[in-house]
Amino acid sequence: MSDASEMTLEQREATIGGIGCARRRKEDVRFIQGKGNYVDDVKLPGQVFGDFVRSPHAHARIKSIDTEKALAVPGVLAVLTANDLKPLNLHWMPTLAGDSQAVLADEKVHFQNQEVAFVIGEDRYAVSDGVQAVEIDYEDLPVLVDPKQALAKDAPVLREDAAAKDDVGQGPRKHPNHIFNWDVGDKGATDKAFAGAAVTVKEDVLYQRVHPCPLEPCGCVASMDKITGELTVYGTFQAPHVVRTIVSLIAGLPEHKIRVIAPDIGGGFGNKVGAYPGYVCSVVGTIVLGRPVKWVENRIDNISTTAFARDYHMTGELAADEDGRITGLRVYVLADHGAFNAHAQPTKWPAGLFSIVTGSYDIPAAHVSVDGVYTNKAPGGVAYRCSFRVTEASYLIERMIDVLAQKVGLDKAEIRARNFIKPEQFPYTSCLGWDYDSGDYPRALAKVLDAVDYKGLREEQAEKRERGELMGIGIATFTEIVGAGPSRNCDILGIGMFDSCEIRVHPTGSAIARLGTKSQGQGHETTYAQIIATELGLPSDDIAVEEGDTDTAPYGLGTYGSRSTPVAGAAAAHAARKIRAKAQKIAAHMLEVAEGDLEWEIDRFKVKGLPEKVATMKQIAFAAYQSLPEGMEPGLEAVNYYDPPNFTYPFGAYLCVVDVDRLTGEVKVRRFYALDDCGTRINPMIIEGQVHGGLTEAFAIAMGQELIFDETGNIQGASLMDYFVPTAVETPVWETGHTVTPSPHHPIGAKGVGESPNVGGVSAFSNAVVDAFAHLDVTHMPMPHTPWRVWKQCEALGIGE
Amino acid sequence: MIPGTFEYHRPGSLDEAVTLLTKFGDEGRMIAGGHSLVPMMKLRLAVPEHLIDLGHVESLQGIEITGQSIEIGAMTTQHDLIASDSLVETCPLLREAALTIADPQVRYRGTIGGNVANGDPGNDMPAVMQSLGASYVLHGPSGTRQVAARAFYEAAYFTAREDDEILTAINIPVPAPGHGFAYEKLKRKVGDYAIAAAAVVLTMDGGTCDSAAIALTNVGDTPIHAEAMGESLVGTAVDDGAIAKAVAAAKAAASPAADLRGPRDYRAHAAGVMAGRAIKRALARVKT
Ligand SMILES: Cc1cc2nc3c(=O)[nH]c(=O)nc-3n(C[C@H](O)[C@H](O)[C@H](O)COP(=O)(O)OP(=O)(O)OC[C@H]3O[C@@H](n4cnc5c(N)ncnc54)[C@H](O)[C@@H]3O)c2cc1C
Repeated sequence: MSDASEMTLEQREATIGGIGCARRRKEDVRFIQGKGNYVDDVKLPGQVFGDFVRSPHAHARIKSIDTEKALAVPGVLAVLTANDLKPLNLHWMPTLAGDSQAVLADEKVHFQNQEVAFVIGEDRYAVSDGVQAVEIDYEDLPVLVDPKQALAKDAPVLREDAAAKDDVGQGPRKHPNHIFNWDVGDKGATDKAFAGAAVTVKEDVLYQRVHPCPLEPCGCVASMDKITGELTVYGTFQAPHVVRTIVSLIAGLPEHKIRVIAPDIGGGFGNKVGAYPGYVCSVVGTIVLGRPVKWVENRIDNISTTAFARDYHMTGELAADEDGRITGLRVYVLADHGAFNAHAQPTKWPAGLFSIVTGSYDIPAAHVSVDGVYTNKAPGGVAYRCSFRVTEASYLIERMIDVLAQKVGLDKAEIRARNFIKPEQFPYTSCLGWDYDSGDYPRALAKVLDAVDYKGLREEQAEKRERGELMGIGIATFTEIVGAGPSRNCDILGIGMFDSCEIRVHPTGSAIARLGTKSQGQGHETTYAQIIATELGLPSDDIAVEEGDTDTAPYGLGTYGSRSTPVAGAAAAHAARKIRAKAQKIAAHMLEVAEGDLEWEIDRFKVKGLPEKVATMKQIAFAAYQSLPEGMEPGLEAVNYYDPPNFTYPFGAYLCVVDVDRLTGEVKVRRFYALDDCGTRINPMIIEGQVHGGLTEAFAIAMGQELIFDETGNIQGASLMDYFVPTAVETPVWETGHTVTPSPHHPIGAKGVGESPNVGGVSAFSNAVVDAFAHLDVTHMPMPHTPWRVWKQCEALGIGE
Repeated sequence: MIPGTFEYHRPGSLDEAVTLLTKFGDEGRMIAGGHSLVPMMKLRLAVPEHLIDLGHVESLQGIEITGQSIEIGAMTTQHDLIASDSLVETCPLLREAALTIADPQVRYRGTIGGNVANGDPGNDMPAVMQSLGASYVLHGPSGTRQVAARAFYEAAYFTAREDDEILTAINIPVPAPGHGFAYEKLKRKVGDYAIAAAAVVLTMDGGTCDSAAIALTNVGDTPIHAEAMGESLVGTAVDDGAIAKAVAAAKAAASPAADLRGPRDYRAHAAGVMAGRAIKRALARVKT
């Protein structure tokens, strides 16, 4: 064994592989060999399968369901309908937003592909034949697709079950199709700013309905042990503990009799936060049959029924002085929530953290009003790779500031610089009430402009315009709000949004850490180990990280909204610090000095002034199980539940250059530079990977993703033939950069980064496309910027031929 | 995403395959690479009760180039077309077009016979075959016949092939040495069928065009070969004016449906743009 004491400080740092180290991802060893363990890999003895009969109609009354022929299909074991679930009171389930959702359609269907019956059989083939054999008689009802028609006097009433309620969970309603109104900001001050403004601009900005479309769709295996009465549910859960609590509440089983396990997850992006009818039906199935029941969606099921994102119909208005300094912001949002209000936000926030809409800018007055409505579409409204409704907010302000720049004739970089919150203003309280922790926006933007030779690009653009060519430069200088969140303002179903970490150091100096979050590809096994390595002075290679099993992991609220590092990462640092504090006492005992005589250095305690008198963490670990100071408990472990004092506010400056083919409408991304500031950087390689992935998804959203419905509510293009998931061929080349502005309130100064590129990216792409047409007085173009839409713009301008 | 129940048959000869086809009639269906048929079966849009796999019929394999004719066996995969150097030398348009189809995985399985026999207006090879003046060899209980690609397509999924006939091979007259060619395909992403695509084959004599064929993909019920498109180039120097006429003819010939790739006017316009670009590229490739 090489003696650590002979190593240089640098070598010891390198051995630890802690914060700042670009070590390879631990989990990839199994993933790249195809040895991950996903839900569909779970195979339990006696396991059977379930699948849904889905409604072909978007809005219809169910007149009858005949299951006889299905039950006669060889291998079919059971067919569940709402009537079978009624005696258990499981035909409806509560949503995270305080509404309820039909598990199996109860008398009515509210969207196409809604779950109507659940067929269980010996294998997938029998089930598939059984699904075809269920006979259902529907009576069509008028369909409501356009949210703008939802509140009309003569609009069809969708939710007869809720029509008489004056609150479905998120505030007062004014129409049977109305879910809530959410109003924030100072309306009086905002109106005043607009009344006296030198310049005002207004634009309708739709952030279209999209779907996170993780590569692995949703699924579960539910298994009831009839002898012990214990229920185990394996599933694609971004928040396994929350799922267990929900199952306990709706199934009436005590929590200790329920074990929820999230195995490896193939991407979540918000799609795997909620509870779906498939989970409930599988649980009922296993209770009824006494055999494990597996349900796994196919792609069409996933895209057309499990949680979508966005669908925010926004109107933005800015007031400014002649120099383009913003004096007021007004936003109205019509939010299409689909047939059930099942969006995943902290419970008290019907529009999530949308009020971050003032962005990176020092705006003195703002007012936001959001109306949520029901339509005949699938429920959802999750944060697709973003913190709660932050992408919608960021898209709006980043679009609007460009609109304003064009109106006052200012350069789009310059207008941002003029309106930035200044570095010396931090900590900064926005007019809508958020306490920004830290930031240096001018430095980030300046660095990007410099890296891409912004001046040169604008000159090239001017020349191209002379020649009738279309080139666009898009900028986004976004600020996120992540790490939900402080329990004083964030909870889910009354549970504060803390997170947790439990660390146990083994006698030989390796360790295991368990956390309340759940990686879906973010690399938690690698990143958390690095945080703990730095705090504890043990090599990150020797620290195992476990998540996702509610029987072993401490209670946590899961992974979404970039909360893992800001919240659970902080818990990891605090738990490690508790251990180090105990280790210091043990070291003092080992070295026969007072605790205060010791100082910490990378992987050991040294006696001040006597550098050769040391106790390494490895030695201390052993001592913790054998030679302790009088009266000290043996062992070396700690747990921390971390309730963050504030959110963190990552930011970035992105720049995108596009060339537009005016004859085909194709947009080619020539260059994309992303500068991110996520505070302290734990693993630069993982950060870069997260940025690449997030930019690719942002590219997909801005350029092609869209859930489209025809006038009778039929969903169009719900498969990968049409739904745009870019391959390496379509994906642009990404250039990345960074600045580091640590969060002052986070124990290691880290802010979270997984979602920034989606938040900033979408605006940068969209702004670039519009900028290509800015000299032709175009101020806005609807997303996604597909070739035909862009060509339609060219045609309208007379340059499409 | 699970097909209905079917029986699987694997004939070892053409005659055996024809016998099975005749026997099962409506309930039987040939399967070649399966990359058009299996997706339809998984959606239960196709529910054949008997699948007759052509994969073991030796006589359907292979590429043969003899004098004035190229014969490609129906079970030749799109990958085989790309990989055949002699084919690329005599008829390079086939590789160019095959490379725009789906992705390598699909091309390893998907066959040229399935692609042209399928009758889906989205398939790329039918228009290519029309531009090359190819014909298809059909073999059935009453013998063998040839049908020109330009006369084969009747409507979406309806062709001149009888249900009990197997498309055994494709015959392509060897294009003139030095001919110009191009396949231009506009699509949303890898693996997508065309928004619009155009195949062009032309020959020049001195500075004058003496033959030109243009055919369009996925802008109508069938691939579209309109004489007018090519004829507007013949006898010209293929200058901007002549190209504009051909483009106008292509746009006029196109009658696409609106789909998620775009509305009708856009897709017809795109057909014209693809035709114009293909003509220019074909012209640039002419060797004299
Ligand atoms: C993701 C994806 C993307 C694709 N993109 C494209 C694309 O861009 N362009 C394109 O052209 N194609 C595309 N395809 C289709 C692909 O090229 C198919 O392989 C091809 O269309 C059919 O060939 P096959 O051998 O797979 O035929 P199969 O699927 O086996 O058969 C297709 C049909 O033809 C019939 N058939 C097959 N062989 C014969 C024969 N010898 N005689 C008579 N009838 C026969 C079958 O009965 C069936 O009805 C794509 C496929 C996929 C899965």
